[in-house]
Amino acid sequence: MSKKFNFRIWRGDSKSGDFKDVQVEVNEGEVVLDVIHRVQATQMSDLAVRWNCKAGKCGSCSMEINGKPRLACMTRMNSFEEGETVTVTPLRAFPVIRDLVTDVSYNYKKAMEVPAFEPPADLQPGEYRMAQVDVERSQEFRKCIECFLCQNTCHVIRDHEENKESFSGPRFFIRMAELDMHPLDTIKNRKQMAQEEHGLGMCNITKCCTEVCPEHIKITDNAIIPMKERVVDVKYDPLRWLGSKIRKKEGI
Amino acid sequence: MATGVFSSRRASIKERTLRTDKWWLQPAFTFGVLFTFVIYSTFRAFENNYYWADPLISPFYSPCLSTACVEGASHFGQPIGSILLGGMLLSPAFYILVIPLGFRLTCYYYRKAYYRSFWMSPPACAVAEPHKKYTGETRAPLILQNGHRWFFYLGLILNIILTYDAVIAFKSPEGEWGHVTVGSLVLTANATLLWLYSLSCHTCRHTIGGRLKNFSKHPTRYKAWTIVSKLNSRHPLFAWISLFGVALTDFYVRQVASGSLENLPIFTF
Repeated sequence: MSKKFNFRIWRGDSKSGDFKDVQVEVNEGEVVLDVIHRVQATQMSDLAVRWNCKAGKCGSCSMEINGKPRLACMTRMNSFEEGETVTVTPLRAFPVIRDLVTDVSYNYKKAMEVPAFEPPADLQPGEYRMAQVDVERSQEFRKCIECFLCQNTCHVIRDHEENKESFSGPRFFIRMAELDMHPLDTIKNRKQMAQEEHGLGMCNITKCCTEVCPEHIKITDNAIIPMKERVVDVKYDPLRWLGSKIRKKEGI
Repeated sequence: MATGVFSSRRASIKERTLRTDKWWLQPAFTFGVLFTFVIYSTFRAFENNYYWADPLISPFYSPCLSTACVEGASHFGQPIGSILLGGMLLSPAFYILVIPLGFRLTCYYYRKAYYRSFWMSPPACAVAEPHKKYTGETRAPLILQNGHRWFFYLGLILNIILTYDAVIAFKSPEGEWGHVTVGSLVLTANATLLWLYSLSCHTCRHTIGGRLKNFSKHPTRYKAWTIVSKLNSRHPLFAWISLFGVALTDFYVRQVASGSLENLPIFTF
């Protein structure tokens, strides 16, 4: 059985824009993206929206629904009360291109700044061997679908445009953590890079990235805080520093 | 110049947030509870009285290391002597409270709690913060948050002392063992909660095994890491209940020491 819902959809571009109100029919089992597609088909044929898999795995349909960063394809309409007005806006941390589509190229620029996995020189592809317990740890971070909801909600750049230059954001902290915890990665100074070049110290661990992650990756507890602790090991813990000089032991 | 969500190329939306839920409730509640605790602990530290009711000692005053301590309360001597401040003896609580205060202040969970509720940085997710500039924990004084592990180590010593206090609480005032009283159970519960809070800490998780690159080469530490990781997932819970535990334990000891309450015996074994 269908129900009527009011939608407030932000429409505009990087110069100007405003909310447009529409009333739309919603059927049982539908998600916000279905409704936006219906609006596009029946009332706003030029509404711009980015989407792809409709299954919560491509990370394309990131937007803000009632002010919360969400995937439109994973936000069920039955989570709203009948008659409630649902407000839909583009991601508010990135420049808008048109309507619900934003320019997320900041993230790709930051991705290129993270040095890739570097295996030992004497190992050829196909010869990498890891124990299951070591694989499992970084496997969690590989679930990332790059929806950039964590980047969008992080107040370091959301509320301070000027920090984009020096701060890479939670998505890339999990990438750095994944590589720093990789037993075969030979780059030793990822911790220092995270702190000095990617702005790890700017994170004040308020956990919004974890709250919005649709893959339920424990970004703060399993990646950012462990990386902060590893930075403390090399920068703020004289006993650890002294121990590493005496034992000359790395890659434990 | 407008910044943040009001930056020029972003969607022009005048509201700081479009959230429709009660996002302000959690920071407001956190603020209220933490503020109440700060007021209570400050009052108790300055009160400098009613912290020892043989064999019970308040966690705010243990170990009591100053010559200002009342007779019988100094289980580990009085090596600090006494410090006069404005002609008055400095309360022994001040020598001790700096450790749990530092540990909780630099704790990763409490950081989230007070950055949101006190500093509103941000007040809640996707709610624009009021500050014009933000440098996070990259410069003084917030760079000192990196000293969390030092407070963790000191906190462990304090936990051992509070556990000792809980054990001797099973003595009668005459020195006979085996007396189970409400006070001994309160002190035991307090020490247990503090251990749970400390052992579930992110620094503990890192120290015990998190810093390893190869879990497979260190099976014992890996096992310990998995146990601490399970505790760590409940760290916020332990942070709160241990905070309430400390305050309630102190309140109980205060009531007994001031004569408002009798330390009720339960049984003797």
